[in-house]
Amino acid sequence: MSETIDIAALGGVKEGEKKRPRSKDRRLEIACQSVEDRLKNYDEVALGYSPAEAVAEAMRCLECPKPRCVVACPVHIDIPTFIGHVSRGHFVGAAEDIRKYNNLPAVCGRVCPQENLCEAACIINDTNPKNPIAIGRLERFSADWQFGHSERRADSVAKAPATGYKVAVIGSGPAGLSCSADLAKMGHTVHLFEALHKAGGVLMYGIPEFRLPKAIVQKEVEYVQALGVQLECNAVVGRTMPVQEVLDEFDALFVASGAGYPNMMGIPGENLNGVYSANEFLTRVNLMKAWKSDVGTPIRKPRRVVVVGAGFTAFDVVRISLRLGAEEARIVYRRSREEMPGRGEEIEHALEEGAIFTLLTNPVRYIGDDNGFVKAVEVQKMELGEPDSSGRRRPVPVRDSNYIIECDTVVVSIGQTPNVLIPSNLPGLATRWGSVIKVNRETYMSTVPKVFAGGDAITGAATVILATRAGREAARSIDGYVRDPNRGWYPPAV
Amino acid sequence: MYRITGKKVLATGVVEMTIEAPRVAKAHKPGQFLMVMNREDSERVPLTIADSNPETGEVTIVFLEVGRSTIELGEEFQVGEDLFAVLGPLGTPTHLDKVGTVVVIGGGLGVAPIYPICKGLRATGNRVVTIIGYRRKDLMFWDDKLRSASDELIVTTDDGSFGMKGFVSDALKKLHDEGRPMDRVVAIGPPVMMRAVAELTRPWEVPTTVSLNTIMIDGTGMCGGCRVGIGDETKFVCVDGPDFDGHKVHWDEMFARMKVYQKEEREAIASSPSCRLYFETLKR
Ligand SMILES: Cc1cc2nc3c(=O)[nH]c(=O)nc-3n(C[C@H](O)[C@H](O)[C@H](O)COP(=O)(O)OP(=O)(O)OC[C@H]3O[C@@H](n4cnc5c(N)ncnc54)[C@H](O)[C@@H]3O)c2cc1C
Ligand SMILES: Cc1cc2nc3c(=O)[nH]c(=O)nc-3n(C[C@H](O)[C@H](O)[C@H](O)COP(=O)(O)OP(=O)(O)OC[C@H]3O[C@@H](n4cnc5c(N)ncnc54)[C@H](O)[C@@H]3O)c2cc1C
Ligand code: SF4
Ligand code: FES
Repeated sequence: MSETIDIAALGGVKEGEKKRPRSKDRRLEIACQSVEDRLKNYDEVALGYSPAEAVAEAMRCLECPKPRCVVACPVHIDIPTFIGHVSRGHFVGAAEDIRKYNNLPAVCGRVCPQENLCEAACIINDTNPKNPIAIGRLERFSADWQFGHSERRADSVAKAPATGYKVAVIGSGPAGLSCSADLAKMGHTVHLFEALHKAGGVLMYGIPEFRLPKAIVQKEVEYVQALGVQLECNAVVGRTMPVQEVLDEFDALFVASGAGYPNMMGIPGENLNGVYSANEFLTRVNLMKAWKSDVGTPIRKPRRVVVVGAGFTAFDVVRISLRLGAEEARIVYRRSREEMPGRGEEIEHALEEGAIFTLLTNPVRYIGDDNGFVKAVEVQKMELGEPDSSGRRRPVPVRDSNYIIECDTVVVSIGQTPNVLIPSNLPGLATRWGSVIKVNRETYMSTVPKVFAGGDAITGAATVILATRAGREAARSIDGYVRDPNRGWYPPAV
Repeated sequence: MYRITGKKVLATGVVEMTIEAPRVAKAHKPGQFLMVMNREDSERVPLTIADSNPETGEVTIVFLEVGRSTIELGEEFQVGEDLFAVLGPLGTPTHLDKVGTVVVIGGGLGVAPIYPICKGLRATGNRVVTIIGYRRKDLMFWDDKLRSASDELIVTTDDGSFGMKGFVSDALKKLHDEGRPMDRVVAIGPPVMMRAVAELTRPWEVPTTVSLNTIMIDGTGMCGGCRVGIGDETKFVCVDGPDFDGHKVHWDEMFARMKVYQKEEREAIASSPSCRLYFETLKR
């Protein structure tokens, strides 16, 4: 499938030539579907770089000898080296290089909050402000190129000889996938249990198609399977089989069950029809494909939507609502724009698509009609007080500031916590707040022998890259453990 | 993967199906349910596990063809074919402690799910008095199975075409009026029936367990779509239930929440050929 890349025509560095970085150029924007078009479909909004664009952007990179971006990247991808490959036309080489550090480049290139990570650290910000190298877009380009232009075959991956050790992984989100892949490469027998009917975790049921095409997630899942990992869907560990049974059958267990329990605010009217948790709304639309007309799972077409919160989830919900034809889609958030935790590009895209931001405002109750459907939300204005434990200024209610916003749909997107199913079925497993599993942050070992955990299950809702990293680091630790269970393994710092 | 090994029409629109799902069959306890997906693009439909056989790895479901997914399952799928997904067992099992005499009530489709509960309650040493109710004689099913699983069986039909004429709640009231022992009541069936039973037993102060069938999506505690008010708390039916104290359920909220998708469900039926056909046959 490989095709010859004429690097001179693309404006890159030729064989034997020296790179002359053009760091003064502006960062290259990524082509996107027009706002008008994208509101009518579910297709990916950001279209990706062409080879010429990727090379042009890569030509800006200084390939620093002491790169700050690498330090800032949670998995320490060798960024200058991979970008160097791109600027020399070695696109597959670039992808292979990234894969040494990150098991999910096509995913992370799309969804990592790069503006707070690698791109925030890029030295070009110092001389050419707001124009760091578009590292995420180049990562995505390289990974997509590899998918399209080389047979990335699992059987060509250097796999260690079979060790005979058996490891069970619970949950097929980024943490579980990444851990399974690495353990399989190390030669272990890996069984991956997934509760839902499709593998991928939040990548499948949470993040919408227009940000992360499901075909890409499935390619990564298929790759992990091709490495020899046994995937078993429709298996809720703790229900379909007792946790103890899995523990008895395997030499080690990695719990990557994520943070899937939706938080609600506990204010009056939350059980009215038309009030959803973000998870219900997203699951209906993404996993069950309710946006298509010919599937079994329905969704009520929202007309006026209030989305409570301003994280990744809230922006996904507001943008889905606009695609479902909502006339008005509003983010209601108790802090201000600066404190919004969502990803920069998504906030921009949501604004372009017509989302309304009602900031420094918090709901106090939902009001229903005679049939039990929500018809309005009463909100209260807020102002920012002293910084709280997260360092952000704490919102405090403004007295006598309540007013009514009419709506027919409310989506509560104020975060998720881990599910208690596994902790409550595994005696001795220490947790924080009953659900967040405590582990030793170096070994990922929990308080129960043989049991390791990582990803959102140990942090609460975080990011894809942190989950991917946890999976990889835990795999290393599990590898050591199964080979020598009696070495000094440390319980979690309690 | 999930092969259909048996299928029987018990009454008009009521289908009994056995499915190969070894893990589910092995782990099943009375009161638990499973989720079925007919095909990859189908809904996830919650159905109570009416029986299970850990040896053969089979589970039994009994369902009423009411909408798109259940009609497709009943009309389009035959023995030997595979279902896309079967997930379970889900939910918290029914408490089966020994309390003395338990009156177990199954209304309509609720007759199927009470079968494992009657067996389980008897196994722990309870005396089980079972009341099952149907609209008409020709809609009766599993009365023989229930008879074998109970110490005493009372059958009611709405029109009196078999057994006692009236509702299951009438039979329950009669037992109470006769001063029969009643340490606990378990009622499964249409929500109106469960509410009627709970309202009857409230003044008698007899602990009453009902099994709620809210709308569900994942069935694993992830979406909150199944939530309902119980006392002063909000509970997720799929993980905290489906069994709840009938005296604490917020019935009005429960009824309202079941109606959310009525309009969309009618549209779904209209867009499915086998559903249209099914309803035309019914009309004839
Ligand atoms: C809507 C939304 C948008 C997001 N957007 C971004 C973004 O743009 N960028 C970013 O970096 N992060 C984003 N995040 C956060 C990110 O997706 C998560 O931090 C990440 O997916 C966590 O990975 P994980 O592997 O720990 O868990 P998950 O992805 O949650 O996967 C856990 C899996 O375990 C399964 N499971 C749970 N319990 C059991 C059990 N008992 N038995 C079997 N299986 C079980 C679940 O079904 C699930 O598939 C977003 C999150 C959401 C909800
Ligand atoms: C824990 C649990 C156990 C159940 N056990 C059984 C069983 O053993 N046998 C059986 O026949 N049915 C059972 N049900 C109900 C069954 O799930 C619904 O009848 C089914 O989902 C309807 O799907 P449909 O697409 O065929 O109909 P739809 O077109 O979706 O709906 C038709 C009608 O069914 C109601 N309905 C839709 N979804 C649900 C739902 N999830 N729960 C309840 N009512 C719903 C609608 O309000 C509507 O009136 C159970 C439900 C739950 C939650
Ligand atoms: S800090 Fe910026 S310029 Fe330096 S290597 Fe990283 S991406 Fe390239
Ligand atoms: S069905 Fe989703 S939480 Fe119960």
